[in-house]
Amino acid sequence: MKNHSNTWTIIRKEFARFFGDRQLVFTTVIMPGLLIYLIYSLMGVGMRNMETQGKQDLVIVTVENMPQSMEALLAPADSSMTLLRQPIAQEDIAALEDKDINAVLIRFPEAFDSLVATYSPQSGEKAPNIEIYYNSANNAASRVYYAIDASLTAFENSQSNLFDVNRADSEGQRFDQASDDQVVGDILSKLLPMLIIMMLFSGTMAIAPSAIAGEKERGTFATLLVTPMKRSELAMGKIVSLSSIALLSGISSFVGIALSLPNMIAATDDISIPFNYTTNDYIALLLVILASVLVMASAVSLLSALAKDVKNAGTMITPFMLVVMLAGLLPMFQDGTAQSMAVYLIPFYNAIEVMADVFAHSMRWTPVIITLVSDIAYTGIAVWGLTRMFNSEKIMFSR
Amino acid sequence: MDEILRIEGLSKTFTLSRKQQRLERTHARHKVAVDDLTLTANRGEIFGLLGPNGAGKTTTLRMLATLIKPDKGDAWVDGCSIVSQPEEVRGKIAFLTSELKLEDFFTPNYLYDFFSELHGVAPAVAAQRKQGLFARFGIDKFAEVKVANLSTGMKQKLSIVISLVHNPDIIIFDEPTNGLDVITARTVTDYLQELRGEGKTIILSTHIFSLVERLCDRVGIIIDGHLTSCGSLEEVCDGLTIEDRFFELYKAQKGDEE
Repeated sequence: MKNHSNTWTIIRKEFARFFGDRQLVFTTVIMPGLLIYLIYSLMGVGMRNMETQGKQDLVIVTVENMPQSMEALLAPADSSMTLLRQPIAQEDIAALEDKDINAVLIRFPEAFDSLVATYSPQSGEKAPNIEIYYNSANNAASRVYYAIDASLTAFENSQSNLFDVNRADSEGQRFDQASDDQVVGDILSKLLPMLIIMMLFSGTMAIAPSAIAGEKERGTFATLLVTPMKRSELAMGKIVSLSSIALLSGISSFVGIALSLPNMIAATDDISIPFNYTTNDYIALLLVILASVLVMASAVSLLSALAKDVKNAGTMITPFMLVVMLAGLLPMFQDGTAQSMAVYLIPFYNAIEVMADVFAHSMRWTPVIITLVSDIAYTGIAVWGLTRMFNSEKIMFSR
Repeated sequence: MDEILRIEGLSKTFTLSRKQQRLERTHARHKVAVDDLTLTANRGEIFGLLGPNGAGKTTTLRMLATLIKPDKGDAWVDGCSIVSQPEEVRGKIAFLTSELKLEDFFTPNYLYDFFSELHGVAPAVAAQRKQGLFARFGIDKFAEVKVANLSTGMKQKLSIVISLVHNPDIIIFDEPTNGLDVITARTVTDYLQELRGEGKTIILSTHIFSLVERLCDRVGIIIDGHLTSCGSLEEVCDGLTIEDRFFELYKAQKGDEE
């Protein structure tokens, strides 16, 4: 007598098939996380190198007609900049075409200070013009150019200062009332739901077509269909095993992002991301990811069962994946949480909305529960549909 | 005689796709594959379904294996209906056809255990039976070799062994020697006779006259979905060879249509 259902036998067989194939495990579970970690970390290292390289390189700043008022403003802040006061020849400007020359040339009009003092914007005449020549392909020169440009703009603003906006008159005075958590939460809620959905989907895509359409194509599915196992057990076994493997792939990608994020962030100065999420947030996130993986594996399994072979399955699933990815982009264009609870009945989009809520620190249990219940209901419908398809000779044996 | 299989009025019509219409050079939207088939098979006999390609042999066997449903009629395998009790029927039969493949990735050992589990065979019984069957077909030496690395003949033998994990009373075999080399084909036909000796019933389809003469106790000749003759070899042949009798019936059937 059997002491467990055939669903468990199918799940074990799918696991044996997957974990027994080292190449498949590597490409589906290890590689996504590893690649994300390596790519993001290398990007971080590259950006950091660009930053430090630019700071280390010496830039010669040549100033023609240096005005008295600019002496302090243009004084070198550190040893990476040398200031020369001399006329600029046309050949000097032409020489900047060589992007390896770390130089910035600044030409002030003669008697700049008196021109500025006597200039009236109402006169209709052109304002005194400062020419700054540089090569934007040279990182060090670019950095110095932007610093000088910012200083000169600030100087110009101070010349005609009629009023200030948001001037902090006391230490610690804040005008933006958003907390760090809110700011970071807003960014993460716009980016991470789509990334997570994409990762889960690519994990499902990597295995589901082969596990169903592939078995049909290879003739191994019919061998299962002549056993006394119930078709519903087969459908359930396929969906649960595929969901579990897809989840592993998604977790791998998530770990890759989590580990590489500090390397990415370290490339930019003084940014720290507080991950102040509660245990409830994490529980909600995990539950919703699990539920959406079930729906995802169900949908991809249904399409794979309809397909004649793996190639056909890929063709059928791709447009569906694009729709889900578009849904993942929607949080980028909306503010706050969804107004209507009906939104949480829409498969995939409900998970995206809940994830956005969690990352934005506005998780509520009602939408989470609606999402879970509706996703489990959709999975049940999918198991029923898949069972019907496994019973359909037109679908299973059509050529 | 102890009847183990009863088929009554079994019929199946397929809708042809445009591609199939082109291939079959017909404008008809439907093709009657099996028409009102009625026959019985007894315990401990080899029953042969003889007919040309496209006669409806494979469709009949697939209906018996519950892979496809009949449009009309029913069949009872050891008392279980193929229409209303498909799972019970699948538990009582072995179905073998070249269409059914085993996953290349797994070893014979794994596949045997997996299918034993699906058939609800107790592990101890399965292990004992596996040992006997693997030794009988020479699979024991390749028990841990992936199916992908087995020869075609060994794969076919393994398919037979896997189909028998639950020790079924009825073995349904579609074109048993198709695509096999002579040695493997002989191993298979010898084993079918052995199974008959054990009291099993074998239903096989074929278009090879010599196979019917050598193996079958009873035969049904099926042409264009109709059972044109059925009985013991002597009854069906009526003093002719099976080949001559077949062509006589074939001409009569085609003549009727024309």
